Amino acid sequence: MPKSKSAYSVPGKIGKTERHIIVVWVDNEAGVLARIAGLFSGRGYNIESLAVAEVDKKKHISRITIVTEGTPQVIEQINLQLKKLVPVHKVADFKRGEKDILFRELALFKMLANSKKQEKIKKLCKKFNPVVLDKTNKSFVIQVTALRAEIDKLALDLKRFGLISTSRTGSVAMTKGAKIFN
Amino acid sequence: MPKLISGAEIVFKALEDQKVEYIFGYPGGAVLPIYDELKNHKSVKHILARHEQGAGHAAEGYARSSGKPGVLLVTSGPGATNAVTALTDAYMDSVPLVCISGQVPTHLIGTDAFQECDTTGITRPCTKHNWLVKDVNDLSRVLHLAFEVATTGRPGPVLVDIPKDIQFKKGKYKFFKNSLKKKLNGKAVHKLSNKELDKFIDLMKKSSKPIFYTGGGVINSGPEASKYLRELVSLTGFPITSTLQGLGSYPGDDPQFLGMLGMHGTFEANNAMHDCDLMINIGARFDDRITGKVDEFSPKSKKIHVDIDPSSIGKNIKVDLAVVSDVSELLKSLIKRFKEKNKNFLNSNKQKTSKWWEQIDKWREKKSLNFINSNKIIKPQHAVQRLYELTKDQDTFITTEVGQHQMWAAQHYKFNKPNRWMTSGGLGTMGYGLPAAIGVQIANPGKLVVDIAGEASVLMTMQEMSTAVQYKLPIKIFILNNEYMGMVRQWQELLHEKNYSESYTAALPDFVKLAESYGCVGIRAKTPDELDEKIKEMINVQRPVIFDCVVDKSENCFPMIPSGKPHNQMILGPEEEEEISDEGKILV
Repeated sequence: MPKSKSAYSVPGKIGKTERHIIVVWVDNEAGVLARIAGLFSGRGYNIESLAVAEVDKKKHISRITIVTEGTPQVIEQINLQLKKLVPVHKVADFKRGEKDILFRELALFKMLANSKKQEKIKKLCKKFNPVVLDKTNKSFVIQVTALRAEIDKLALDLKRFGLISTSRTGSVAMTKGAKIFN
Repeated sequence: MPKLISGAEIVFKALEDQKVEYIFGYPGGAVLPIYDELKNHKSVKHILARHEQGAGHAAEGYARSSGKPGVLLVTSGPGATNAVTALTDAYMDSVPLVCISGQVPTHLIGTDAFQECDTTGITRPCTKHNWLVKDVNDLSRVLHLAFEVATTGRPGPVLVDIPKDIQFKKGKYKFFKNSLKKKLNGKAVHKLSNKELDKFIDLMKKSSKPIFYTGGGVINSGPEASKYLRELVSLTGFPITSTLQGLGSYPGDDPQFLGMLGMHGTFEANNAMHDCDLMINIGARFDDRITGKVDEFSPKSKKIHVDIDPSSIGKNIKVDLAVVSDVSELLKSLIKRFKEKNKNFLNSNKQKTSKWWEQIDKWREKKSLNFINSNKIIKPQHAVQRLYELTKDQDTFITTEVGQHQMWAAQHYKFNKPNRWMTSGGLGTMGYGLPAAIGVQIANPGKLVVDIAGEASVLMTMQEMSTAVQYKLPIKIFILNNEYMGMVRQWQELLHEKNYSESYTAALPDFVKLAESYGCVGIRAKTPDELDEKIKEMINVQRPVIFDCVVDKSENCFPMIPSGKPHNQMILGPEEEEEISDEGKILV
């Protein structure tokens, strides 16, 4: 243990980190995303992905889904700090891997590929709800929806089929069954 | 159809409805319509500062000594950026401030117009919330909401940015009450169940080495909280220590009070915190100046934490019982429950904690605040002690700057009432004390207000003496002048082989002449013999005073916990200084 006589303490032991998905309902007002993102950067929390859109046109409520990683103490702080923000209505927190939660990400891939290759690619994407959005005789754009890790792997596999551009969303989440977040 | 009035008038209507008596500010292009409207609203008095930071700290001093929110009015661009230090200071120390800033007209926002800055962007991380008002019909709602956010839950600063065209535009005014959809930072009024209270009391009953650790939350909860705290401490017979911000909530000269804890706290307070078996934290936040090394912080104790802000609980230290509540409410119900169930507690408990008190008395015998006095040169601790002795019989308000003098003031000035001690603890803002004293004096006319200052700190906001003179505020600036940035010099002595890099101030002004040039009174004390007379002279002058107290240049502030050390390893004085490791140096 380092011996210190300085004006700040030495860092303590750092606990094991967990990946969490945090869903935040906010008033869709100017600067709200900056407030949320600023809270994360200002306190040194990590944002792995972020997805946001208005879900209630009448009340102007946006739903933000943030994937983050931290020790249980940090995750608790993220929750409590978010709840303090004025435009935040509620916060839901899920550990990655929880059984009754659905997660999805969407990705678009553009590839330089002839029709023969294109068939192979479609096969590769079969499990991930592939939709061909655009097609020419030398290029094509395919949309898939899947889990983050699956898209990671797919992107890797598609490299040898002439992948030239990738666009991905952050993860969105929803509970299974009739239950909703409270 | 309600009468349409200008945005500027709406601002004042809202201030009037919020019963604001004073605003601290500085005019400029983007707030001129609001300044123009000032003449029509006699109940709101404007205090013209000399710098927006000064206006901000004055508003803080006003808020902390009165319990009411401080209001600040600044212009766009540099006006707003100058206020940022004060806003951040208020954010760290939970001071309710409402800052109204002018902004360039809406059609110019984003064009890098003259005196434009992204005020809401810049102040987002240092306010509880801020608003850019783009529609005059939102203005009254936003202003009232701003006051509500600033003063509810854990208090703090807010900012309302009003573009110049909105100040001119006509709109409707309405008084909005309790428009906040939720209570911020926890519940303001949290009814505790008897089950919760019994758990609390049970922990107290089981403890043989208890300690109360109280903080600024007690002060923020209002004078009632201090009253209840005194009652609870006397009911239980437990020892109590306080953070820097909590001083005054419990009488500083009471035998159950162990003095301040933390980096420059007393030996007995820190050792009691380390060795206790029950720590009852009321309204304090386990700041790093308090905990030192987190892993070794009070290793054997059960911990109870009462805080109005849920995010303050469990942030730095894990606790066994978390109570989200206003301090006053909690103490009130706790005392009631306690009295119902435990009539003989004090007697039975005396035996249980007698060993603990014996141990505490042993620590006390170290007399950790002692220093070697001199009859040739004024020791800074001695100066504070004399100031205390000569002012303790009147209701005195003390503000400070930041550094050694601040710690000496906290150690040697004993406070008996809440809201009498205004210091920048969280942010540690040099230059806080002088303008804060101005705000304190405005809120407490006729009372003695002393800024215990260092010569380096006070020069950062010295221009505000002009404000004090303009409004005939007889504040006393008591400078412990050692010609060094004392705390920097102390760390350099202890950590950097006495390499006093840039911590000596050459070419200091002659503070007596400086006082005269501002039109206030300058007094200098050079020897211990003349100190008392000069202090009395200062107290008796009914005008602002700059007191140049020439003190020992090389005095260090002890005791201290070297960081990275637990509470039971304090340095008591110069004879105990050890060699400092290289690892320690990088952590400053």
